[in-house]
Amino acid sequence: MAIDWFPLWLSLRVASISTALALAVGLWLAWTLANRSFRGKEVLDAAVTLPLVLPPTVLGYYLLVLLSRNSPIGHVYESLFGGPLVFTWQAAVIASLFHSTPLLVKSARAAFESVDRSYERAARNLGASELRLFWRVTLPLARRSILAAGALAFARSLGDFGVTLMIAGDIPGRTQVVSVAIYDAVEGGQGTVARVLVLIISALALAILTLANRLTSNPFGPRQTAL
Amino acid sequence: MIQARVRKQYAPGPDFAGFSLDVDVRATAGVTVLFGSSGAGKTLTLDSIAGFVRPDEGRILLDDQILFDGAAGVHVPPRSRHCGYVFQNYALFPHMTLRENLEFAVERRPRLERHRKVNEMLEKFHLADVAGRRPYQLSGGQKQRCSIARALIGAPRVLLLDEPARGLDAPLRAELYSVLRQVRQEFGIPILLVTHDSEECFELADEMMVLREGRVVQSGAPRKVFEQPANVDVARLLGLYNLLSVEIKSLDPGRNLSRLRYQDFELTGPYFPGRLIGDQVWLCIRPDLLGVAPRDGRLAANQIPAALLRVVDKPERLRLEFAGDIAVELTRADYEQHGPVKEWVIQFPQTGLRIL
Repeated sequence: MAIDWFPLWLSLRVASISTALALAVGLWLAWTLANRSFRGKEVLDAAVTLPLVLPPTVLGYYLLVLLSRNSPIGHVYESLFGGPLVFTWQAAVIASLFHSTPLLVKSARAAFESVDRSYERAARNLGASELRLFWRVTLPLARRSILAAGALAFARSLGDFGVTLMIAGDIPGRTQVVSVAIYDAVEGGQGTVARVLVLIISALALAILTLANRLTSNPFGPRQTAL
Repeated sequence: MIQARVRKQYAPGPDFAGFSLDVDVRATAGVTVLFGSSGAGKTLTLDSIAGFVRPDEGRILLDDQILFDGAAGVHVPPRSRHCGYVFQNYALFPHMTLRENLEFAVERRPRLERHRKVNEMLEKFHLADVAGRRPYQLSGGQKQRCSIARALIGAPRVLLLDEPARGLDAPLRAELYSVLRQVRQEFGIPILLVTHDSEECFELADEMMVLREGRVVQSGAPRKVFEQPANVDVARLLGLYNLLSVEIKSLDPGRNLSRLRYQDFELTGPYFPGRLIGDQVWLCIRPDLLGVAPRDGRLAANQIPAALLRVVDKPERLRLEFAGDIAVELTRADYEQHGPVKEWVIQFPQTGLRIL
């Protein structure tokens, strides 16, 4: 039986793009949460964490309402790109973005907070702006943990099912990602396809988690501590 | 010149008694030591000057620039304060080489000037050979010199050091002191140094300020402070004195005499102006001003009997510790001429007794 590899490639592409976006958004959020004190910080933190605990269908429902053809965002998108956003692979990117960013923010915040504060004080004392402090000091010092967080976000993107199904649907050859394809294969009695995809995804996830663990187990070797 | 008059209040919490800082610190060119035990507010004062901590009220002036003014709402951010800061753990960036650490501090300068400045500092602090190494590849002394060089390279107008000698062994301490003396001479800026080590005060300080529970309790030249501690708390902090609780029994200004009662014994001292008979005061006397002799028979004037608890070997002399928290220091030869004795008398001088 010929296996259709499209869902696997689509999943990898969606996960790569959404991880890149999640890093951009998530690092900024994590930095803000770790370094700034402002009113409503805990509410923001809770809101960022919310997707971790909400059922995927609830999250999917919100996104569907937010991005549908009748919504303002959907309208703008349609007038810009000439087609609806929902039930495209771009919608799958948004789905996994919302699915994976909370995890990334959580671990990136912990990574930023684990950087010895005296380095940040030293950088400010030496005349560094907050931006330079971030790029030259905090990010390099936290980079292994940040990479690990990115790897985890990537793995989580690969594994999304519910949110993607709600807003990107299950259109073979267009929006059908690997997790959805496996569901279809099991439902349709294609045992071999299901088994192969299940094994590939499991191996991939295992490899990513191992990488993430190795990145965090020995953060920066003997250089992390200031002595 | 740096002048900081700041107040900051920390409300008590469930496992925190609360703390209030209320200090007026000023320092001119030379080394000014902030001396006190941990929790006295020394580092908090330093952090207020550097801008890491925002005081509740007060005013911080560096030369003619206002760094902080509570009433006017001025709080210059740390990056614009021109305060060199040497952190207790050095805080050298571990992912940069020593040269990059220095360059970080002058990154805004034109490339040529930057290059020249960095090389100049590397030479001055004997770091040129190891400029390409990362901090973890450096010895303790090199890290220390590098952190001082990094703090100075941007030409700050004050240098702040937070317990720079903590945890250093004797040779490294000596090296630090000589580097700091060199800095004092060559840079001509106020150096504000935090320590709880009275020896360090003597080594380095032109001026010292004694902090206790968030207040400056005494300030002046170290010799003055050590000669005349302002009160018993300062004397305890300096940790160099015997402090005996005595009662004034009589005062005779005519013959410049006084009689003091310590437990069941009477001591004769000089007249103490401004004191009254019956006052309970602290007799403060350095261990090396007391004499000892084996006890035999009657007590002579100004002698009290004391049981020897232990003998402590110090580098230059011996320290005898007696019951009742009295210590006497004398040379080994003086001690050995008496041989091993258990019961001693302590001889108090008649002049040189001070009360607090």
